[in-house]
Amino acid sequence: MGGSSPCASCKLLRRRCAKDCIFAPYFPPDDPHKFAIVHKVFGASNVSKMLQELPIHQRADAVSSLVYEANARVRDPVYGCVGAISYLQNQVSQLQMQLAVAQAEFLCIQMQQEPNLPAQIDQDEKSFLLSSNFNNNIPQYLGFASSSTVNQDPLKRESLWT
Amino acid sequence: MISGRCAACKYLRRRCPSHCIFSPYFPPNDPQRFACVHRIYGASNVGKMLQKLPPHLRAQTADTLYTEAKCRIQDPVYGCVGIISHLHQQIHIAESQLAKTQAEIAVLNSIAREAQVQEIEADSNFFNNLLPEEITAAGLRSYGYGPPSTQTFRFN
Repeated sequence: MGGSSPCASCKLLRRRCAKDCIFAPYFPPDDPHKFAIVHKVFGASNVSKMLQELPIHQRADAVSSLVYEANARVRDPVYGCVGAISYLQNQVSQLQMQLAVAQAEFLCIQMQQEPNLPAQIDQDEKSFLLSSNFNNNIPQYLGFASSSTVNQDPLKRESLWT
Repeated sequence: MISGRCAACKYLRRRCPSHCIFSPYFPPNDPQRFACVHRIYGASNVGKMLQKLPPHLRAQTADTLYTEAKCRIQDPVYGCVGIISHLHQQIHIAESQLAKTQAEIAVLNSIAREAQVQEIEADSNFFNNLLPEEITAAGLRSYGYGPPSTQTFRFN
Protein backbone atom coordinates (compact mmCIF):
# COMPACT_ATOMS: atom_id res chain seq x y z
CA MET A 1 0.00 0.00 0.00
CA GLY A 2 1.06 3.61 -0.28
CA GLY A 3 3.82 4.87 1.93
CA SER A 4 5.85 1.66 2.20
CA SER A 5 9.52 2.29 2.52
CA PRO A 6 11.77 1.74 -0.52
CA CYS A 7 14.24 -1.12 -0.24
CA ALA A 8 17.86 -0.41 0.60
CA SER A 9 18.86 -0.69 -3.07
CA CYS A 10 16.35 1.82 -4.34
CA LYS A 11 17.23 4.16 -1.48
CA LEU A 12 20.90 4.03 -2.41
CA LEU A 13 20.16 4.30 -6.12
CA ARG A 14 17.65 7.07 -5.44
CA ARG A 15 14.86 5.66 -7.49
CA ARG A 16 11.30 4.54 -7.02
CA CYS A 17 11.02 1.12 -5.50
CA ALA A 18 8.68 -0.80 -7.80
CA LYS A 19 6.29 -3.42 -6.49
CA ASP A 20 8.23 -6.15 -8.25
CA CYS A 21 11.66 -4.70 -7.43
CA ILE A 22 14.10 -7.58 -7.73
CA PHE A 23 16.18 -6.35 -4.80
CA ALA A 24 13.40 -5.61 -2.33
CA PRO A 25 12.98 -9.13 -0.83
CA TYR A 26 16.72 -9.39 -0.11
CA PHE A 27 17.81 -5.88 0.77
CA PRO A 28 15.43 -4.52 3.39
CA PRO A 29 15.60 -0.80 4.22
CA ASP A 30 16.81 -1.44 7.77
CA ASP A 31 20.17 -2.82 6.53
CA PRO A 32 21.59 -0.32 4.06
CA HIS A 33 25.14 -1.58 4.48
CA LYS A 34 24.27 -4.95 2.96
CA PHE A 35 23.37 -3.52 -0.43
CA ALA A 36 26.03 -0.83 -0.26
CA ILE A 37 28.83 -3.37 -0.04
CA VAL A 38 27.42 -5.59 -2.78
CA HIS A 39 26.94 -2.58 -5.03
CA LYS A 40 30.49 -1.43 -4.33
CA VAL A 41 32.05 -4.71 -5.41
CA PHE A 42 29.69 -6.11 -8.04
CA GLY A 43 27.52 -3.18 -9.09
CA ALA A 44 23.73 -3.04 -8.88
CA SER A 45 23.28 -3.85 -12.54
CA ASN A 46 25.39 -7.02 -12.35
CA VAL A 47 23.64 -8.15 -9.17
CA SER A 48 20.27 -7.61 -10.80
CA LYS A 49 21.30 -9.68 -13.85
CA MET A 50 22.64 -12.47 -11.63
CA LEU A 51 19.42 -12.62 -9.62
CA GLN A 52 17.23 -12.55 -12.69
CA GLU A 53 19.06 -15.56 -14.09
CA LEU A 54 18.23 -17.60 -10.99
CA PRO A 55 14.97 -19.24 -9.95
CA ILE A 56 13.30 -17.36 -7.10
CA HIS A 57 13.94 -20.03 -4.48
CA GLN A 58 17.72 -19.72 -4.99
CA ARG A 59 17.99 -15.96 -4.89
CA ALA A 60 18.19 -15.56 -1.12
CA ASP A 61 21.21 -17.88 -0.94
CA ALA A 62 22.78 -16.15 -3.92
CA VAL A 63 22.43 -12.78 -2.20
CA SER A 64 23.94 -14.16 1.00
CA SER A 65 26.94 -15.52 -0.85
CA LEU A 66 27.38 -12.29 -2.79
CA VAL A 67 27.33 -10.32 0.46
CA TYR A 68 29.89 -12.72 1.93
CA GLU A 69 32.18 -12.37 -1.07
CA ALA A 70 31.79 -8.61 -1.16
CA ASN A 71 32.69 -8.36 2.53
CA ALA A 72 35.71 -10.57 1.94
CA ARG A 73 36.86 -8.43 -0.97
CA VAL A 74 36.46 -5.19 0.99
CA ARG A 75 38.40 -6.64 3.93
CA ASP A 76 41.12 -8.02 1.67
CA PRO A 77 41.16 -6.13 -1.63
CA VAL A 78 43.94 -8.30 -3.06
CA TYR A 79 42.86 -11.85 -2.21
CA GLY A 80 39.19 -11.62 -1.24
CA CYS A 81 37.63 -15.06 -0.70
CA VAL A 82 40.54 -16.76 -2.40
CA GLY A 83 42.67 -15.98 0.64
CA ALA A 84 40.26 -17.89 2.84
CA ILE A 85 40.20 -20.85 0.43
CA SER A 86 43.98 -20.99 0.43
CA TYR A 87 44.12 -20.92 4.22
CA LEU A 88 41.46 -23.60 4.62
CA GLN A 89 43.13 -25.89 2.09
CA ASN A 90 46.35 -25.66 4.09
CA GLN A 91 44.42 -26.55 7.23
CA VAL A 92 42.90 -29.58 5.54
CA SER A 93 46.34 -30.76 4.38
CA GLN A 94 47.82 -30.39 7.85
CA LEU A 95 44.97 -32.24 9.49
CA GLN A 96 45.24 -35.07 6.99
CA MET A 97 48.96 -35.39 7.73
CA GLN A 98 48.27 -35.48 11.47
CA LEU A 99 45.58 -38.09 10.88
CA ALA A 100 47.96 -40.26 8.82
CA VAL A 101 50.58 -40.09 11.58
CA ALA A 102 48.01 -40.96 14.24
CA GLN A 103 46.70 -43.89 12.21
CA ALA A 104 50.22 -45.22 11.70
CA GLU A 105 50.89 -44.92 15.42
CA PHE A 106 47.68 -46.77 16.18
CA LEU A 107 48.66 -49.60 13.86
CA CYS A 108 52.11 -49.88 15.43
CA ILE A 109 50.73 -50.06 18.95
CA GLN A 110 48.14 -52.58 17.88
CA MET A 111 50.77 -54.76 16.26
CA GLN A 112 52.95 -54.62 19.38
CA GLN A 113 50.09 -55.63 21.63
CA GLU A 114 48.85 -58.48 19.51
CA PRO A 115 51.90 -60.47 18.52
CA ASN A 116 49.71 -63.31 17.33
CA LEU A 117 48.71 -61.25 14.36
CA PRO A 118 50.56 -62.13 11.14
CA ALA A 119 54.05 -60.71 11.20
CA GLN A 120 53.39 -58.41 8.31
CA ILE A 121 50.16 -56.73 7.46
CA ASP A 122 49.54 -56.88 3.78
CA GLN A 123 50.88 -53.74 2.12
CA ASP A 124 47.63 -53.14 0.31
CA GLU A 125 45.70 -53.41 3.53
CA LYS A 126 48.07 -51.06 5.26
CA SER A 127 47.71 -48.52 2.50
CA PHE A 128 43.96 -48.92 2.59
CA LEU A 129 43.86 -48.45 6.36
CA LEU A 130 45.94 -45.33 6.09
CA SER A 131 44.03 -43.79 3.25
CA SER A 132 40.49 -44.94 3.81
CA ASN A 133 39.63 -42.47 6.50
CA PHE A 134 40.40 -39.30 4.66
CA ASN A 135 39.92 -37.96 1.28
CA ASN A 136 43.15 -37.58 -0.64
CA ASN A 137 41.36 -35.97 -3.49
CA ILE A 138 41.12 -32.30 -2.57
CA PRO A 139 39.97 -30.67 -5.75
CA GLN A 140 42.43 -28.08 -6.96
CA TYR A 141 40.32 -24.97 -6.50
CA LEU A 142 43.11 -22.57 -7.14
CA GLY A 143 45.13 -22.37 -10.30
CA PHE A 144 48.09 -20.81 -8.56
CA ALA A 145 50.15 -21.55 -5.48
CA SER A 146 48.97 -19.97 -2.29
CA SER A 147 51.10 -17.12 -1.17
CA SER A 148 52.61 -16.85 2.27
CA THR A 149 51.48 -13.26 2.39
CA VAL A 150 47.81 -14.18 2.19
CA ASN A 151 45.71 -12.58 4.88
CA GLN A 152 44.36 -15.56 6.71
CA ASP A 153 42.68 -13.83 9.54
CA PRO A 154 39.01 -12.98 9.30
CA LEU A 155 37.36 -15.76 7.36
CA LYS A 156 38.63 -18.78 9.23
CA ARG A 157 35.56 -19.75 11.15
CA GLU A 158 33.21 -16.97 10.28
CA SER A 159 29.57 -17.86 9.97
CA LEU A 160 28.85 -18.06 6.26
CA TRP A 161 25.41 -16.58 6.28
CA THR A 162 24.45 -13.29 7.85
CA MET B 1 48.08 1.11 -31.60
CA ILE B 2 44.92 -0.78 -32.52
CA SER B 3 46.81 -4.03 -33.05
CA GLY B 4 48.26 -3.78 -29.50
CA ARG B 5 44.96 -3.56 -27.64
CA CYS B 6 44.58 -5.52 -24.42
CA ALA B 7 41.74 -7.99 -24.01
CA ALA B 8 39.72 -5.47 -22.01
CA CYS B 9 39.89 -2.72 -24.61
CA LYS B 10 39.17 -5.22 -27.38
CA TYR B 11 36.11 -6.41 -25.48
CA LEU B 12 34.99 -2.85 -24.75
CA ARG B 13 35.77 -1.82 -28.33
CA ARG B 14 37.84 1.14 -27.49
CA ARG B 15 41.36 2.40 -28.00
CA CYS B 16 43.89 0.98 -25.60
CA PRO B 17 45.77 3.90 -24.06
CA SER B 18 49.44 3.62 -23.21
CA HIS B 19 48.71 3.53 -19.46
CA CYS B 20 45.66 1.30 -19.68
CA ILE B 21 44.95 -0.06 -16.19
CA PHE B 22 43.89 -3.42 -17.60
CA SER B 23 46.55 -4.17 -20.17
CA PRO B 24 49.26 -5.68 -17.90
CA TYR B 25 46.74 -8.14 -16.45
CA PHE B 26 44.42 -8.91 -19.34
CA PRO B 27 46.60 -9.76 -22.32
CA PRO B 28 44.98 -10.03 -25.76
CA ASN B 29 45.74 -13.75 -26.04
CA ASP B 30 43.29 -14.58 -23.22
CA PRO B 31 40.00 -12.84 -24.00
CA GLN B 32 38.01 -15.19 -21.79
CA ARG B 33 39.80 -13.93 -18.68
CA PHE B 34 38.48 -10.39 -19.04
CA ALA B 35 35.09 -11.58 -20.25
CA CYS B 36 34.62 -13.56 -17.00
CA VAL B 37 35.68 -10.70 -14.79
CA HIS B 38 33.58 -8.18 -16.69
CA ARG B 39 30.51 -10.39 -16.50
CA ILE B 40 30.60 -10.59 -12.71
CA TYR B 41 32.17 -7.32 -11.60
CA GLY B 42 31.93 -4.98 -14.56
CA ALA B 43 34.86 -3.22 -16.18
CA SER B 44 34.36 -0.05 -14.19
CA ASN B 45 34.45 -1.80 -10.80
CA VAL B 46 37.51 -3.83 -11.80
CA GLY B 47 39.27 -0.70 -12.98
CA LYS B 48 38.47 1.10 -9.70
CA MET B 49 39.66 -1.85 -7.61
CA LEU B 50 42.95 -2.01 -9.50
CA GLN B 51 43.46 1.75 -9.35
CA LYS B 52 43.14 1.78 -5.58
CA LEU B 53 45.97 -0.70 -5.16
CA PRO B 54 49.70 -0.19 -5.52
CA PRO B 55 51.02 -1.60 -8.83
CA HIS B 56 52.91 -4.50 -7.24
CA LEU B 57 49.62 -5.94 -5.90
CA ARG B 58 47.52 -5.58 -9.01
CA ALA B 59 48.58 -8.78 -10.76
CA GLN B 60 47.56 -10.91 -7.79
CA THR B 61 44.32 -8.99 -7.48
CA ALA B 62 43.48 -9.57 -11.13
CA ASP B 63 44.17 -13.29 -10.64
CA THR B 64 41.92 -13.58 -7.61
CA LEU B 65 39.15 -11.58 -9.25
CA TYR B 66 39.33 -13.95 -12.21
CA THR B 67 39.25 -17.01 -9.91
CA GLU B 68 36.21 -15.72 -8.03
CA ALA B 69 34.45 -14.73 -11.23
CA LYS B 70 35.00 -18.23 -12.65
CA CYS B 71 33.64 -19.78 -9.46
CA ARG B 72 30.59 -17.57 -9.63
CA ILE B 73 29.95 -18.45 -13.28
CA GLN B 74 30.28 -22.17 -12.50
CA ASP B 75 28.09 -21.89 -9.42
CA PRO B 76 25.79 -18.88 -9.76
CA VAL B 77 24.18 -19.43 -6.35
CA TYR B 78 27.18 -19.97 -4.06
CA GLY B 79 30.29 -19.08 -6.07
CA CYS B 80 33.47 -19.29 -3.96
CA VAL B 81 31.42 -19.54 -0.81
CA GLY B 82 30.38 -23.06 -1.80
CA ILE B 83 34.03 -24.07 -1.84
CA ILE B 84 34.66 -22.45 1.54
CA SER B 85 31.68 -24.28 2.99
CA HIS B 86 32.93 -27.60 1.60
CA LEU B 87 36.40 -27.01 3.07
CA HIS B 88 34.91 -26.25 6.50
CA GLN B 89 33.12 -29.58 6.31
CA GLN B 90 36.32 -31.40 5.39
CA ILE B 91 38.09 -29.79 8.33
CA HIS B 92 35.33 -30.84 10.69
CA ILE B 93 35.46 -34.44 9.42
CA ALA B 94 39.25 -34.60 9.65
CA GLU B 95 39.24 -33.16 13.19
CA SER B 96 36.63 -35.71 14.30
CA GLN B 97 38.61 -38.59 12.80
CA LEU B 98 41.81 -37.33 14.39
CA ALA B 99 40.16 -37.06 17.81
CA LYS B 100 38.74 -40.58 17.42
CA THR B 101 42.11 -42.05 16.43
CA GLN B 102 43.87 -40.28 19.29
CA ALA B 103 41.28 -41.66 21.72
CA GLU B 104 41.86 -45.15 20.35
CA ILE B 105 45.61 -44.71 20.85
CA ALA B 106 44.99 -43.61 24.43
CA VAL B 107 42.88 -46.73 25.04
CA LEU B 108 45.58 -49.03 23.64
CA ASN B 109 48.23 -47.29 25.71
CA SER B 110 46.19 -47.64 28.87
CA ILE B 111 45.64 -51.35 28.17
CA ALA B 112 49.39 -51.76 27.71
CA ARG B 113 50.12 -49.93 30.97
CA GLU B 114 47.54 -52.04 32.82
CA ALA B 115 49.15 -55.21 31.50
CA GLN B 116 52.58 -54.00 32.67
CA VAL B 117 51.25 -53.19 36.13
CA GLN B 118 49.66 -56.63 36.43
CA GLU B 119 52.92 -58.29 35.40
CA ILE B 120 54.87 -56.36 38.03
CA GLU B 121 52.31 -57.20 40.69
CA ALA B 122 52.45 -60.86 39.76
CA ASP B 123 56.25 -60.87 40.13
CA SER B 124 55.94 -59.09 43.46
CA ASN B 125 53.38 -61.61 44.75
CA PHE B 126 55.61 -64.45 43.72
CA PHE B 127 58.52 -63.21 45.76
CA ASN B 128 56.30 -62.34 48.72
CA ASN B 129 54.95 -65.90 48.77
CA LEU B 130 58.31 -67.62 48.85
CA LEU B 131 59.06 -69.66 52.01
CA PRO B 132 62.08 -68.49 53.98
CA GLU B 133 64.01 -71.60 53.07
CA GLU B 134 63.37 -70.96 49.41
CA ILE B 135 64.99 -67.58 49.61
CA THR B 136 68.47 -69.03 49.30
CA ALA B 137 70.71 -69.03 46.34
CA ALA B 138 69.88 -72.65 45.64
CA GLY B 139 66.18 -72.05 46.20
CA LEU B 140 66.11 -69.07 43.83
CA ARG B 141 68.06 -71.02 41.26
CA SER B 142 65.44 -73.73 41.37
CA TYR B 143 62.89 -71.13 40.34
CA GLY B 144 65.08 -69.92 37.62
CA TYR B 145 66.70 -66.99 39.44
CA GLY B 146 70.42 -67.31 39.08
CA PRO B 147 73.29 -64.95 38.69
CA PRO B 148 72.77 -62.66 35.68
CA SER B 149 75.00 -64.78 33.50
CA THR B 150 72.74 -67.83 33.87
CA GLN B 151 69.14 -68.28 32.86
CA THR B 152 66.40 -65.69 32.60
CA PHE B 153 63.43 -66.20 34.88
CA ARG B 154 60.10 -66.84 33.23
CA PHE B 155 57.14 -66.73 35.52
CA ASN B 156 54.22 -68.86 34.49
